[in-house]
Amino acid sequence: MNGWGRLVNEVLNNRPLRPSGTSPSKLEGGLNPHPPSAMLGEVANGRRVWWDRSCLSYCSPVVILSAILLGLVPLLHFAFTHDATFTFDTYIWKVLWFTLKQAFLSSLISTMLGLLLARALARTEFYGKSFFVNLLALPQAMPAIVVVLAITSIFGANGVLGGWFNIYGLSGILLAHVFFNLPLATRLFGASLQNIPHENFRLAEQLSFSNAALFRHIEWPALQRDLPRIFGLIFLLCAASFVIVLTLGGPSATTLEVAIYQSLRQDFDVPRALTLSTLQIIVCAILVMAAGKLALHHPAANTYKIEKIRKQNQTPWLDYPVVAIGLAIIAPPLMALFVGGIAHLNFNVQALISSIAIGSAATVFSLALAWPLARVQNNISQITTLAALIVPPAVIATGWFLALRHFDSVALVVGSIIALNALMALPFTVATLTPAFAQMTKQHDQLCAQLNLNGWWRFRIVDLPMMRRPLAQAALITFVMALGDLTAVTLLGSQGIVTLPSLIHSQMGHYRGNDAGGTAVILATLCYILTYVAQKIGTAND
Amino acid sequence: MPAEGLKACGTNRCLSIIQLLAIGGMMKKLIATALTLLPFAAYAQAKETLTIYTYESFVSEWGPGAKIKTAFEKTCDCDITWVALGDGVAVLNRLKLEGKDTKADVVLGLDTNITDEARNLGLFGKHNVDASKTKVPGGWSDAEFVPFDYGHFAVVYNSETMPNPPKSLDELVNGDPAQKIILEDPRTSTPGLGFLLWMKTVYGDKAEVAWKKLKPRILTTAPGWSEAYALFTKGEAPMVFSYVTSPAYHIVAENVTKYKAAEFSEGHYLQIEVAGLIEASPEKVLAQKFLSFILSPDFQNEIPTTNWMMPAGEMTTPLPEAFNTLVKPAKTLLYSPAEVNANRKAWIDEWLGAVGE
Repeated sequence: MNGWGRLVNEVLNNRPLRPSGTSPSKLEGGLNPHPPSAMLGEVANGRRVWWDRSCLSYCSPVVILSAILLGLVPLLHFAFTHDATFTFDTYIWKVLWFTLKQAFLSSLISTMLGLLLARALARTEFYGKSFFVNLLALPQAMPAIVVVLAITSIFGANGVLGGWFNIYGLSGILLAHVFFNLPLATRLFGASLQNIPHENFRLAEQLSFSNAALFRHIEWPALQRDLPRIFGLIFLLCAASFVIVLTLGGPSATTLEVAIYQSLRQDFDVPRALTLSTLQIIVCAILVMAAGKLALHHPAANTYKIEKIRKQNQTPWLDYPVVAIGLAIIAPPLMALFVGGIAHLNFNVQALISSIAIGSAATVFSLALAWPLARVQNNISQITTLAALIVPPAVIATGWFLALRHFDSVALVVGSIIALNALMALPFTVATLTPAFAQMTKQHDQLCAQLNLNGWWRFRIVDLPMMRRPLAQAALITFVMALGDLTAVTLLGSQGIVTLPSLIHSQMGHYRGNDAGGTAVILATLCYILTYVAQKIGTAND
Repeated sequence: MPAEGLKACGTNRCLSIIQLLAIGGMMKKLIATALTLLPFAAYAQAKETLTIYTYESFVSEWGPGAKIKTAFEKTCDCDITWVALGDGVAVLNRLKLEGKDTKADVVLGLDTNITDEARNLGLFGKHNVDASKTKVPGGWSDAEFVPFDYGHFAVVYNSETMPNPPKSLDELVNGDPAQKIILEDPRTSTPGLGFLLWMKTVYGDKAEVAWKKLKPRILTTAPGWSEAYALFTKGEAPMVFSYVTSPAYHIVAENVTKYKAAEFSEGHYLQIEVAGLIEASPEKVLAQKFLSFILSPDFQNEIPTTNWMMPAGEMTTPLPEAFNTLVKPAKTLLYSPAEVNANRKAWIDEWLGAVGE
């Protein structure tokens, strides 16, 4: 049976659309992709055993979990040696409720819109599309206050659309969070769509799938598999949001993160901070895992309705309005940022180099940790990935400081900033790599087993070339997140390390809001260049 | 081990060398990383080193840190190493985390709202500086902390969009809710706490009622001064809570005169920034020398146009002309550090109850 036949067979037998061996890989061109299945099972299992046993699959969780413990244990020790008591009060429940409410609404809007936008962008062509797609990386690199100011210059009381929309309150928080996370969701869903085998689309075309059928049977299964994970990531980002929530929400909009910050900073009540963090960790973990389980209970595609396909007009009538909405949310604040800052460009070479250096080091580190986690998708790797995002960075940073304070070394400070950045970006790196790996493992495990190709040579000949695009995308997401980081550099850096975001913060603290706008333009431009390069590297083989 | 290393060796730099050797192989990678990051290159360590903890903006590109370092290093054969932390509260928290193992010799940048907590750590020694000549309103008599600058808080307004600013705190509280003010959060910001204390000195037990009345006038409560002031200069609201000295910046650096501070008839709440020395520091003599240097003109001359606060000691250069145009509060309001420390938590809860619904 050839690849096509197998695919159709799968569809008709109500099995998830699984890629056949007919992938674009040059390597496979002249080979029979279907060895006898009995032999296949054995050897493929052997392959998996090799991966599971190898250091690669265990080193990474061990490193990550010890890094997190290195943050928690000293803080616990500190709490026990400095007596302080903590009681749960009604205030905490109010805070928890608001945290969940705003995070749920923000991530719901961001993921739903992101899903539609990713699909629309994959199906439409318009002038300046690649420019717009590259712009999607920018918001993630911007310090929160820069985003708030960019949004106020459009929607604020004195903004271009002044008075039309009240941004002070929940609606403003949601708007800012959607501006931040819609592009992220779009990029992550875009990666999911790119991993759909081309054969599926060709088959759909052959079968004259309607728009709706195409979505339901081919795109939705791929999107749905990643939906809970992307929703979870954005939910956690919004739950931990701080500057946006406080600046636009005021005291009635207190989130757990604010309460944790307050207890660590104003009251220096370590037990309270730890209790609140534990609460946040438990609640977030439950929600994210529930989201994961939800997806498992509704397996990929209900393809038995395939006979209902009717021939329909393929015009993507919904796509242009979706793109227009996406543009309307993302483009104006970015334009305001450029227009406001371009006249105040100022080059701080030290900050630029520090940002690039920390960003590159964190990217390499994060990719090295994420590769095995994405490669071997099991409970351990999933928990590890979540742990890196759920434990508040402020808690980890404070714990690390306690553990490492006796070692008086600049290298250690720089190293821990890089490590914390890598840790914070890790869930996003893994999220970008996982769909590609899930696809590739299925496609190549059997083939590599047949060829007895494993270890370094498999990585070199098969995995690396095939992973080129997802790797470039993962590297970009990590780099961009590290570029925008203010937490690690503020909490750990005390040796005069200046990065672009800390420069922006420092300029704003010195009445130099205009210069801060100029620095933000440099940060945005750097980010755009990186996106461009990552895109070029990712598609170099295509 | 580290603490003993510190005592045996006497300086921080010995400590670092011993430990770097001890950690050995594991560290090599990190060191290599650091070497590739030469912009943050390690500081030269040949002479006596005075380690000073301060807040980030004091030593940033526009802060007074660099010039003060140069000026002090001329008076001694020594080096100043700045350790810059977020703000005054972050400096205090660093001391709480480190306790008696702190690497600081001098701590610069606490304010009188947190000196009581700092004093209770039992780390600070007597400064032995004659601070009677300080120009701080209300005089100075603290044995452990030396003031280095001060500033009255004020409501700063845009005179173009707000021709008739409030003339008292009461007028602000009871004024037109359509004309908004941007405040800072007392939980996360020093000026935010300043405004809370100001309300408390004026309204006392009735502060909660006053907060409820003021609430419709508050556009938003930003996490920090930078965020609040940036929204204000963007034109989001005609008023912001800042310092009496804020208009001086706009005059000196931007030649803009539309931003003014409103003089309030009840008086203005005061912030005094202080420095102190660590009793157990091996560099105590040098630290004491630095604390007396703080009140000298070499230090004080830098303060007005870099830290944008009023000098606590004599200057040899005249204050820039813009400072003469500023509001000079007739009455100063200030709680003692002990009062703030005893009541802060209860007062913040009261505020949260009034505006957080």
